[in-house]
Amino acid sequence: MSKSIHKPGFVLGDALDIPTFKVLKQDGTLYKGAQEPEFDKEMALKLYDDLVFIRVLDERMVGAQRQGRIPFYLASLGEEAASVGSAGALKPQDMIFAQYREQGALRHRGFSVDQFMDQCFSNERDLGKGRQMPIHYGSKELNYNTISSPLGTQIPQAAGYAYGQKLDGLDACTICYFGEGAASEGDFHAGLNMAAVLKCPTIFLCRNNGYAISTPSAEQFSGDGVASRGIGYGIATLRVDGNDLLAVYAATAAARAYALEHNAPVLIEAMSYRLGAHSTSDDPTGYRSKDEEAQWAKKDPILRYKHWLTNKGWWSDEQEKTLYAEHRANILAAMKAAEKRPVPTIDHLITDVYDEPTPHLRQQLKQLKAHMRKYPDQYPKTSGRLDA
Amino acid sequence: MSQMNLLQAINNALMTAMEKDDKVVCFGEDVGHFGGVFRATSHLQEKFGRARCFNTPLTEQGIIGFANGLASQGHKAIAEIQFGDYIFPAFDQIVNETAKFRYRSGNEFNVGGLTIRTPYGGGIRGGHYHSQSPEAYFAHTPGLKIVVPRNPHQAKGLLLASIRDDNPVIFFEPKRLYRAAVGDVPEEDYELPIGVAETVREGQDCTLLAWGAQMEVASKAAERAEKEGIDCEVIDLRSILPWDVDAVVASVKKTGRLVVTHEAPLTNGFGAEIAATVQEQAFLHLEAPVNRVCGLDVPYPLSHEAEYMPDETKVFEAIVATMNY
Repeated sequence: MSKSIHKPGFVLGDALDIPTFKVLKQDGTLYKGAQEPEFDKEMALKLYDDLVFIRVLDERMVGAQRQGRIPFYLASLGEEAASVGSAGALKPQDMIFAQYREQGALRHRGFSVDQFMDQCFSNERDLGKGRQMPIHYGSKELNYNTISSPLGTQIPQAAGYAYGQKLDGLDACTICYFGEGAASEGDFHAGLNMAAVLKCPTIFLCRNNGYAISTPSAEQFSGDGVASRGIGYGIATLRVDGNDLLAVYAATAAARAYALEHNAPVLIEAMSYRLGAHSTSDDPTGYRSKDEEAQWAKKDPILRYKHWLTNKGWWSDEQEKTLYAEHRANILAAMKAAEKRPVPTIDHLITDVYDEPTPHLRQQLKQLKAHMRKYPDQYPKTSGRLDA
Repeated sequence: MSQMNLLQAINNALMTAMEKDDKVVCFGEDVGHFGGVFRATSHLQEKFGRARCFNTPLTEQGIIGFANGLASQGHKAIAEIQFGDYIFPAFDQIVNETAKFRYRSGNEFNVGGLTIRTPYGGGIRGGHYHSQSPEAYFAHTPGLKIVVPRNPHQAKGLLLASIRDDNPVIFFEPKRLYRAAVGDVPEEDYELPIGVAETVREGQDCTLLAWGAQMEVASKAAERAEKEGIDCEVIDLRSILPWDVDAVVASVKKTGRLVVTHEAPLTNGFGAEIAATVQEQAFLHLEAPVNRVCGLDVPYPLSHEAEYMPDETKVFEAIVATMNY
């Protein structure tokens, strides 16, 4: 029951006063009162390996796009801790619905360097059969639902997926990633409300990275971030420093426990900054200052985490050098191999539209092949393998 | 056999599907305890519990988004959109997500377990927003199946087939017939094939093609034509996507004439696709141009509903014109 008042009085957004959860300072020491994470050295180093892999991968793939070897790429520079730290706190059976900048979560699950490359080069070994632009990863085996470009569509889907897990009585939840820009889509509001009302064990993790392409968050919403909306939907909500891997890990572990214990969703708003461009089609110099970027570069999440590892005595400069060199070499080798692999045969143009190609689709393929036989030079990628 | 109206047949199909398979889940606005605004989901919550039959918030995009997720998880999700006219907030989820889920993932994931049920069509004095026939929008989207039953027997068999088909299906229910159409429906579980047309009346002179509620109009027009000595063959397409090209073309090759009728507006209606395909595949057999009897290219009207509708007299006139071409 709402209490009564007898004069008009507005409730303003700042009444909520949502704090930000932080564990790690930039120098790698802990805030007073903050706790060490619950993982061991092996896990700590695995998470660092994921972070570095993604940073090297992004750097190399942006380069590959510049060289014209792939048509598109989208880096997660500056936001690696948000996806790696959250994925680290989940169980392998938890489903991931990502937006498109969460390659760190996929890497953590075990997607191989070859799998990354095969997808980015749209070749015949791509699990997605070369049908989507680079970075639209997906893997059934790793419980990583295939990326879809339209923003926010995964949000109500994650609610439905988690509802199914609940019906099946599984010890599993669903995490759903999206950006603060996507949180303006109707699907965000629909999805969070559905999850709250239907009691779905879903963790909604918003990466608030400050920009939706060129639009700063100040032009995206005027309330207190995305977190304030979770409270409005009756969802347990937590704001966390997204550049602080230990805080993101602890927040996600707590969210998972809460979601499964209460059969209810949780919203985490991870505050971060997109240090790179939105994608290889974007140029941030047109809408923000070098100075602003430099301020955030000082808050580099990977460096912060490395300082913590070093302080623990778990990491050395020598190891650092070796790790970067290894990842660079592996990525380059995998890129060269992936680039040489052919695209899927033309038969895959019509598979997976339905569970089985319809007679109508078979007829269209037959006509296409007849045409390709007449003009093989027009279709060099596939015309040599028409009867494969 | 029992006498059922079309709503009861749908309710019976849902009951059968939920009894046979505990992965089947039904939801939508007012679908739970109330049983839906038309009562298609009556007693389902009572029988199978709130977890498997429930109300959702009032958000069509949310309902279909949720349904996509639930189906991709392995459940048989049956989502109700209260009126076909209100399906458009979910258009993105259906066209960009449902239809592409399997293809875009290389079959890593699919939403084959999804069925979207929605009442469509006019003749109930519903004006713009309770009368539309939006099937053609969806027929332009590879990856979907679209099914429209014409009577209670068809409704049960086609709905059960749609629920169990391993592809997402939009099941358009002719709401004008919900209580008006009554017929024999087997109590037992049965399925009718998707993508296969049914010839409901054989004839030699002119093929008459329709689906859903318009089948009643087509059949009456055929009877009227018979009195004038014209022998019509009447075909119920039953599925818009995929559609049974072979059956239609074979009939046209026999009769040399085709009249297609649907309630949706003429321009870019599904009749246009049928006409194009038939002229391509039976060109030398045609004695007359394919004749389309459809709604006018206006928003669905209220006070002029009778005039707008492609009724029995309009279809009859089209048959005569085709015969006399």
